[in-house]
Amino acid sequence: MSILQVEDLKLHYQTLRGTVRAVEDVRFTIEKGETLGLVGESGCGKTSTVIAVTRVLPKNIGALEGKVLLMGEDISKLPDEKFRKEVRWKKISMVFQGAMNSLNPVIKVGDQVAEPILLHEQSTKSEARERVLDLLEIIGLPKEFYSRYAHELSGGMKQRIIIAMALILNPSLVILDEPTSALDVSIQAQIMNLLKSLKRKLGISMIFITHDIALASDLSDKFAVMYAGNIVEVGTAEQVLTKALHPYTQLLLASTPRLRRDVVPSYIPGSPPDLVAPPTGCRFHPRCPKAFDRCSSEVPADFEPEPGHRVRCWLYGG
Amino acid sequence: MTALIELKDIKMHFKVRKGWFSTLELKAVDGVSISIGRGNTIGVVGESGSGKTTLGRVSLRLLDPTAGKVVFDGKDVTEIKESKLKWFRREAQGIFQDPYSSLNPYMTVERILEEPLVIHKIGSHGEHEELIDKALTDVKLTPTEEFARKYPHMLSGGQRQRVGVARSLILSPNYIVADEPVSMIDASSRVEVLSLLRGLQEKYQIGFMYITHDIATSKYFSQRIAVMYLGRIVEFAEAKIVIEEPLHPYTQALIAAVPDPDPNNRLHDRSVVPGEPPNPINVPSGCRFHPRCPRFMKNKCEIEEPELREVKPGHQVACYLYY
Repeated sequence: MSILQVEDLKLHYQTLRGTVRAVEDVRFTIEKGETLGLVGESGCGKTSTVIAVTRVLPKNIGALEGKVLLMGEDISKLPDEKFRKEVRWKKISMVFQGAMNSLNPVIKVGDQVAEPILLHEQSTKSEARERVLDLLEIIGLPKEFYSRYAHELSGGMKQRIIIAMALILNPSLVILDEPTSALDVSIQAQIMNLLKSLKRKLGISMIFITHDIALASDLSDKFAVMYAGNIVEVGTAEQVLTKALHPYTQLLLASTPRLRRDVVPSYIPGSPPDLVAPPTGCRFHPRCPKAFDRCSSEVPADFEPEPGHRVRCWLYGG
Repeated sequence: MTALIELKDIKMHFKVRKGWFSTLELKAVDGVSISIGRGNTIGVVGESGSGKTTLGRVSLRLLDPTAGKVVFDGKDVTEIKESKLKWFRREAQGIFQDPYSSLNPYMTVERILEEPLVIHKIGSHGEHEELIDKALTDVKLTPTEEFARKYPHMLSGGQRQRVGVARSLILSPNYIVADEPVSMIDASSRVEVLSLLRGLQEKYQIGFMYITHDIATSKYFSQRIAVMYLGRIVEFAEAKIVIEEPLHPYTQALIAAVPDPDPNNRLHDRSVVPGEPPNPINVPSGCRFHPRCPRFMKNKCEIEEPELREVKPGHQVACYLYY
């Protein structure tokens, strides 16, 4: 059984300018121990997708539809209170961009990591403390860091604490949204190694969100490429990185600076569309070098040119 | 080649108050020499606390160095009073990291670009329009009339950064410091902004200091790369040489830390240097990198600081492994 199966997910925001169609027709699955890299430019609905899955919703929701099956159970229909108590943090936890800046400055970081245990389980304080100390070791911080305060830690250490918080209740799925974007290159590599070792040791399933496809390749077994609220391509790391089908994925890869190969990167002209009035047909057609008549009038169907490798592009069928 | 700008043994030390009675010295830049020619880019690569931004600001005389000289076009500008420095302010410009906060949200693009012209009392209003049109065309924000009327919030990150570039170009400078100009924009638009800068550099023969933490992007926009660590240059050579045959263990680690998109990446750990860059108030003895260095040699590296030395033709490194 898949850890997570998302079907026909739709999330619209209601704004003064109109309805923002942030996520539409999104479906993907994640198996046990697998990491999905969710990639695409800013404003393509990556974060909105996980907001819809975890239901950490802002107030201006226009529509939220679709099925979210967590180990076979449809969690999208759960009442909010039940969702908060039984799913969020316990089964799905999140590490958001810049979360390390939201640590409480006047509470010991260890106590902050222990907080979810005390809120969600009938544990004593000393039991919780023991579990945090064990976890600190796993995430590569000495035990005495339990009693430190946030200002005594560097960026990389704070990010480790945030990751510890996300792991403390042994969730089946951890969602990481640009977890390294504020860190130095060498610290970023340390955190990526930590995530890799957590994957190996604890068998956690993850969703790793980033606009940097090279960084995602450090962790992801599988990729979903998002553009303008849709997933345009899904496949294994090998399929997407070495045999990309969608012109958008191909351009994303071609625009990535490469240190070890002598190719001059290109770029994708223009920017992602305004999702209040997305382009007709394929949403990528105004920027697509391979667009033809059909692309501007008909929304591309989902094709599967090879097993497990899906693409929404008229070049591959119909 | 006569240098456009020469930094000679620059030191920039800041006083940091500690408690009531004592002050500490933060050595942000501690003895750096660099020269940049017309139409040339030097990439200054390093992590937080390496002093790269401070160095850029000193070269623009936004900071007065504690020691050393800034020589622009043969003239020593280190000691010149601000009131006599207006010509230099026109010649030397900066492009900054954050395209979201470095543009005034209440000004249209046109007013943002006109401001430097007004301050420097250049041309009439009609000429301003022409210059603004030219600068917007240069950064490919066309149709220009349309972009001139927009406010920053109506633009994407990449477009805002191009407005920043246009603003730095409007006074036709010869020297530009680009401080992390692409770190806050999408990976897919970075190359667009960098190739734009490269095109402008060729067209106008501008000298650039390109400051970045990302050695991968410096490959595409630098002839030479200087790698900085804690206020010092640890390696300096042509860009291709630094990237393909790095000598300093720190440079090697920086390069190992950057992934290329490759499905095999996930199968093995990246080789990393342990720890984090220390606080520049507390600079380690000897080689500043020795506490994190995988090739640390006892009784040598922690004793005396290695100097930057040419160990191969055109390739300088500050590391005892090579001399």
